[in-house]
Amino acid sequence: MAWFESAGLSLIVFLPAAGALALFAVPKAREDAQKWVALLTTGLTAVLAVAVAANFNYGGSEKFQFEVSQSWIPAIGARYHIGVDGISLPLLVLSAVVTVLAVIYSWDHWDEPRNVRGFLALMLLLATGMNGTFVALDLVLFFIFFELVLLPMYFMIGIWGDSAKRRIPVLGRTVTMRLYAAIKFFLFTLFGSAFMLLGFLALYFRSGDFLGDNTFDIPTLIELGSRNAFGSGTFAFLVFGAMFLGFAVKVPMWPFHTWLPDAHTAAPTVGSVLLAAILLKLGSYAFLRISIPILPDMAREWAPFIGLLAVIGIIYGSLACLAQTDVKRLIAFSSVGHMGFVMLGIATMTDVGFNASLIGMVAHGLITGLLFFLAGSMHHRYHTREIARLGGNQKLMPWMGGIFAFTAMASLGLPGLAGFWGEFMSLLGAYRPLAGLSLSQFQTYMVIGAVGTVLTAGYMLWMLQRVNLGEPKAEWSDHEFHDVGPTEWLAWAPLIVAIVAIGVYPRIVLGATTDAVVNLARTAFGG
Amino acid sequence: MDLDYHALAPELVVAATILVVLGLDVALPRPRKYWTAFAGVLGLALAAVPLLTLAFGDGPETRSMLGGAYVVDGFALVLKAVFIVGGYLVLLMSVSYIESDRYYQGEYYLLMLTSILGSLVMASSRDLITLFVGLELVTGPLFLLAGWRKGDAKSNEASLKFFILGVLSTAILLYGMSFLYGLTGSVTFEGIREAGADLLDSGAFRLAVLFTLVGFGFKVTAVPFHFWAPDTYEGAPTPVTAYLSVGSKAAGFVGLLLLCYKALPSVTEIWGPALWVLAALSMTLGNLTALRQDNVVRMLAYSSIAQGGFILVPFAAAAVSNDPAVIQEAASATIVYVIIYAFMNLGAFGVVIAGARRTGSTMIDDWAGMWRYAPRLAVLGAMFFFSLAGIPPLAGWYAKFAMFLAILRPGNAWATALAVIAAVNAVIALVYYARIGKTMWMDHVPEGADTAGTVNPLTGSLALALGISALFVVVAGILPFEFAGVFADLAKVVTTGI
Repeated sequence: MAWFESAGLSLIVFLPAAGALALFAVPKAREDAQKWVALLTTGLTAVLAVAVAANFNYGGSEKFQFEVSQSWIPAIGARYHIGVDGISLPLLVLSAVVTVLAVIYSWDHWDEPRNVRGFLALMLLLATGMNGTFVALDLVLFFIFFELVLLPMYFMIGIWGDSAKRRIPVLGRTVTMRLYAAIKFFLFTLFGSAFMLLGFLALYFRSGDFLGDNTFDIPTLIELGSRNAFGSGTFAFLVFGAMFLGFAVKVPMWPFHTWLPDAHTAAPTVGSVLLAAILLKLGSYAFLRISIPILPDMAREWAPFIGLLAVIGIIYGSLACLAQTDVKRLIAFSSVGHMGFVMLGIATMTDVGFNASLIGMVAHGLITGLLFFLAGSMHHRYHTREIARLGGNQKLMPWMGGIFAFTAMASLGLPGLAGFWGEFMSLLGAYRPLAGLSLSQFQTYMVIGAVGTVLTAGYMLWMLQRVNLGEPKAEWSDHEFHDVGPTEWLAWAPLIVAIVAIGVYPRIVLGATTDAVVNLARTAFGG
Repeated sequence: MDLDYHALAPELVVAATILVVLGLDVALPRPRKYWTAFAGVLGLALAAVPLLTLAFGDGPETRSMLGGAYVVDGFALVLKAVFIVGGYLVLLMSVSYIESDRYYQGEYYLLMLTSILGSLVMASSRDLITLFVGLELVTGPLFLLAGWRKGDAKSNEASLKFFILGVLSTAILLYGMSFLYGLTGSVTFEGIREAGADLLDSGAFRLAVLFTLVGFGFKVTAVPFHFWAPDTYEGAPTPVTAYLSVGSKAAGFVGLLLLCYKALPSVTEIWGPALWVLAALSMTLGNLTALRQDNVVRMLAYSSIAQGGFILVPFAAAAVSNDPAVIQEAASATIVYVIIYAFMNLGAFGVVIAGARRTGSTMIDDWAGMWRYAPRLAVLGAMFFFSLAGIPPLAGWYAKFAMFLAILRPGNAWATALAVIAAVNAVIALVYYARIGKTMWMDHVPEGADTAGTVNPLTGSLALALGISALFVVVAGILPFEFAGVFADLAKVVTTGI
């Protein structure tokens, strides 16, 4: 299996892109063939990702495995260096699996203007960007993959998105949501990543002072970071700040989150799913992969601030959810809150917190991905997402209602389901943050976060009550509703299983991550 | 005089082609004038052959003629290659455009080739006189070409504005150059470099440097010397505009590179701050004005002003450092940017030509929903405009990346400030570049648009030109290495002797 050791990850990254190219060899009218091409490439990618997980050496999860390092842009010393460790593995598998589920779901769910080939090609390109970001071990490579997701998502939202008009008070005019959301998403992210790039370049130049040669190599920079090479002066402060801007926009952390509700709501169902399940993780993952290990002193210094933004996000997201009248927008705002928990975990700078953030990311990917699928399917049937007009969903579509209730429960953090661990562990982490951080401050964060869990339960249950329970509204009385269809079952069942499995046996994720995050905390903070 | 005819072969082939085109134009009857186009395209392609033998043959690396005034080295060769390939693409785009107009084909190719010849001369010039002759050879024919559509008032305006400001800038440039000669007693770059080191405190010398900078500022349309560009770009025939924004602009940058790095490396304290300001202004004002354009050609005009600002950024890095490595990197960043910019901007203009032919309009809104009736054109449009915006994996990202790399290396506060300005501008630029993508892909086809259209906008030579540019934009974006290696080498050539 030597070939698999060396080529496995590259295949996971580039198979989808190859599939995107192959799509254009299929005539435009042969939609079925196009779907099969997409299914086969993403399916194979997912199988490979699972195979990587199966062959992963969990005893050494803090080390990069399946590493490939090849010359790429010698003039600047950027290399094609990829690999996975315990931190990136769960996210890589999540990304590959959710992508194939998205293709399955797409099978008979198409938004106007249809154009199957174009949509699938964008989805595959997106997959290359997402998978690539999780395996990249070179800052330039990371930057390329991180940015690669922008164009496909921009077009996905802008072309297939929601054409509803909405008045934007700040602009003082009425805009078409898909167009507004698409460019807003693009601009916010690009703004962040432009500064992120400046931060990367600054690291590159400074690394030369210690190594003699400048490097973009992430493991090498981490090694420098573990010796605190970049210090805690102005330089490190500015670099951390620049990268923070890039990652925080992507997560998104309050107050950079405003692109998220628009983008998630306007995007076509599959776009929302991929955005929520994977794209948001690129930001939080980058904190663990780049910011913290390379600039540990600064991470410690910024931690209270990150924690503060995180808890503001939790409370703000929950309150905003309570005010929403649109199911999809509500789910979108719930992401702000959930990612707040992920970032709170990271802000504690402890192995418990890091673990919390990782399992939180995976759980949020599964749960919110499923919620967006459900919102899309319900919109498909009701042709509205107005909470006030829905009601009695459970009676009209028992299976759909059941799955919706299940997922909402998972989202509010019900013990026994995946969502519980992220919230619980990040609060636990905040109870005892890294030595040197203010205990009372983080314990305050913990209390605020705990209030947030209550609010989360509040808005989720309230939504469930309004959508699922009660009697169906009169306007639906003579409607024929199809309950969950076959492609929906195929796309959702793996998510449901994973939510339960991780809920009752979190070691599925933690088994991979624990050693890696312990090692991360130790090398970064010496204990 | 000992001339190295091998080294001069590209210029000689182009000159011969000019004569052939001239002869054909006289000899052929009207309906067969298209042979002049064929001859021009073929001749320019042939000119690339000696370029290859020079680059990969066994001869000496540097061939110097005319007492060092005319040099063919790695730097000159690569830039000549850019000029020839760029010119070739412009000619390909011109063929059907010029044919569909009822004007004189023969003269068009004659003038275009003459301008390209001028840029080849510039790349090799190593003294003020040759540089000036080359520059005027580039610009002179363009005054005529801008006014090519004689019956069109806008085209006349384009030509006139360009001419008046062009002559003004030439006068300023020449004035500056005459001071340089008068103070240093030399016209060669080497002589100026040696003598200039002792003239740092001379007010006249400082003034001379600033005057030459202003002269080139006009040529590269740096703000505040950019006023002619938008009107000229809009009025001139689109292929000419493409050439203006790429070929003649690149020629201006070559002149600036030679002057700053070869002739005036000792007075960085004068040109450094000046170019810092020009870069910041060009990026910012170019972008902000481009935001407000509704005509795609005018938008590209302002965008090319902003891109010119990005190209100027590395100069500011070179100016704040004495480290040869930094200076080399800055020079190579400028060249890398110019080359990548040439391909993506030509591609964008190719899309404009095709789009205008398909929709009969260059107003952005008229292109709405183009993907529904011209999907391939819409794909190309998205590709080139997002490449100009610098979005990976299209080639534009590497140009910006190289620029950031150069400007951040010195670690100087001023240089870093410029990097931040550039970063913010890169984001602003996305707004208007993305607008083209949005219009073509996300808006509804306007009422009454001719979507059935019998015109296939992507035919023959135009499709070839777009194909070449597209291939470059994708390949150079994903695998910039071959590329970056070549430029790192050639930057050494530019800056040797500093």
